[in-house]
Amino acid sequence: MTINIENEKKDAMTTTVESSRRNFIFGSVAAAGLTVAPGMMLYQTANARSLSEKATSKVRWGMLVDTTKDVDWNKCVDACNTEHGLGNESKSRNDQKTQYIRVVDVKNKGTGYSMSLPVMCQHCEKPPCVDVCPTGASMKRPDGIVLVDRHRCIGCRYCMMACPYKARSFVHEVLSDQKENTPRGKGCVESCNMCVNRIDNGQEPACVEASDGAIVFGDLNNPESAISKILAKHGGKQIRADLKLNPGVHYQGI
Amino acid sequence: MKKLHFLEVEGNTKGFFTFLGLFGLISLIGILAAYYMEHNGHWVTGMNNQIIWGTPHVFAIFLIVAASGALNVASISSVFAKTAYKPLARLSGILAISLLSGGLVVLLLDLGRPDRLIVAMTQFNFVSIFTWNILLYTGFMGIVGVYLWTMMDRPYNKLTKKAGMAAFIWRLVLTTGTGSIFGFLIAREAYDSALLAPMFIIMSFSFGLAFFLLFLMGSYKYTQRDLGDYIVNRLKNLLGVFVAAVLYFVLVYHLTNLYSADHRGITQFILTNGGIYTFLFWVVQIVLGSLVPLFLLYSPMGKNRTMIGLASGLIILGGMAQLYVIIIGGQAYPMTLFPGMEVSSSFFDGVVASYAPSLPEVLLGLGGVGVTLLLMTVAIAALKFLPASLADEVADPHAK
Repeated sequence: MTINIENEKKDAMTTTVESSRRNFIFGSVAAAGLTVAPGMMLYQTANARSLSEKATSKVRWGMLVDTTKDVDWNKCVDACNTEHGLGNESKSRNDQKTQYIRVVDVKNKGTGYSMSLPVMCQHCEKPPCVDVCPTGASMKRPDGIVLVDRHRCIGCRYCMMACPYKARSFVHEVLSDQKENTPRGKGCVESCNMCVNRIDNGQEPACVEASDGAIVFGDLNNPESAISKILAKHGGKQIRADLKLNPGVHYQGI
Repeated sequence: MKKLHFLEVEGNTKGFFTFLGLFGLISLIGILAAYYMEHNGHWVTGMNNQIIWGTPHVFAIFLIVAASGALNVASISSVFAKTAYKPLARLSGILAISLLSGGLVVLLLDLGRPDRLIVAMTQFNFVSIFTWNILLYTGFMGIVGVYLWTMMDRPYNKLTKKAGMAAFIWRLVLTTGTGSIFGFLIAREAYDSALLAPMFIIMSFSFGLAFFLLFLMGSYKYTQRDLGDYIVNRLKNLLGVFVAAVLYFVLVYHLTNLYSADHRGITQFILTNGGIYTFLFWVVQIVLGSLVPLFLLYSPMGKNRTMIGLASGLIILGGMAQLYVIIIGGQAYPMTLFPGMEVSSSFFDGVVASYAPSLPEVLLGLGGVGVTLLLMTVAIAALKFLPASLADEVADPHAK
């Protein structure tokens, strides 16, 4: 499969720059970000917002993972760990440590075909973790990002029971040296938040940046976004689509 | 039939303080175990990101399920107007409240952030079955409290039937809610069954009555009050029916799961190749916890109090095993990410998760039982819950 993601990205970037110029005139934060951080990969600013604005349901952030590309997915895992300060548990056993993304190896016993793919929170449109959370700590932003309010989480772990993708981890010990953008507390549940801190700053998620173009990030609601165009042209699949949760993470080659 | 007379248990005795001290100590150890787990974090337990709910949940759910079942005796008396059970209705009500309290203590102390209880009590997501349960549990305490009041305060006796009806309906909804905590998890094959809710109700009948019978016989023995065969035989025969009913539900649950191809994996896991879970299912739940008690209760041995006590104890043990298999076995079996494919990852995809209960978890769970018994010890000494005598001439409505 040959998908010219780079071109799509350039297209998106052109739109970004033009749109950001317009925003700059009005003094928007997004434009300032572009100016002070040259080279930063901006997403489709047709729907970008300043930090003072609330997230809106006009946007639905999503990701498209192309599993047919020859990419070392562990680079995405490493980028995620660095971004969120993961892997600093000193006492937890391996099965107790947090993983936001994991590389899953899939093999068809019948045909022998095998592949690998990164699996993270799938940011479902109808997330079971949000339904079951008694306090509303597990929540979905209007722009489709599913995340945990760590000030509200009581650590009941019902969301972990409900998640069909096993995307969530429980913090089993006291943690120090945390990243400013990703506060992590003992006794709370956590998971991939699509790098909400980066998205709100006009950046792409860390795994996307580290994926050598194999993961495309963008607005699923905008038919002009790179991700929507690829999905419209080449299609994509969702893991356990039969559960009808409509995840925001799509895959090609699964 | 002699007049029924309720009397507090004498509080100022060596026996009373011995039990108070014993159950207080068990509760204290449980609370200390919880403190140890909370202080360090859950890494000191056997739980992990695969087995999310461990031994404390087995104890907590057992106690909560048994709580609603313990109320049955009162319901049979008030709602179904069986006068034979009337002397036991008060005990049934207070035992229900105590069991629920013990279970909730365990559930609360196993939270990652038990200090945030106030959040759980003020911030509600009404879509969550957990939220319903929080309301159902607190409501249960209140309704059974009022029910007890109508039974124990003579001017309000006329309201007993209505309060009893309300409590009966509430307890059915409550156990449906507890069963639904699991029943609505679409992703997990073991739980994806509407049968779980009714099965939990019938389990509650059995576990609750077994606990009730043990407490009744124990308290009458140690307070040297008369407990006649009439009441014991009725209760043990009823218990046998409940045990058989649970067996029936277990059979139907596994048969339906075997019939649908996408649930066959988990069923085969539990029934044939699940290691400890298969052992617990067949040996502890089915043989020791169901078949042996049925034999003990209905054979000539069933006339012996020790054997009835043994049967009740075994039913409780089997019930714990059943919940262990449902809760922990259900989590241990890998979730299907890609149907029909073999999967593996650093996050233990595609493999049976390992779990060994840690000492603090077991102590916390036992602490919940301790809290239940501590509350009961205080309650029967403080208020008139126990009839002074349940000898046949008092308890048997047909006695001359």
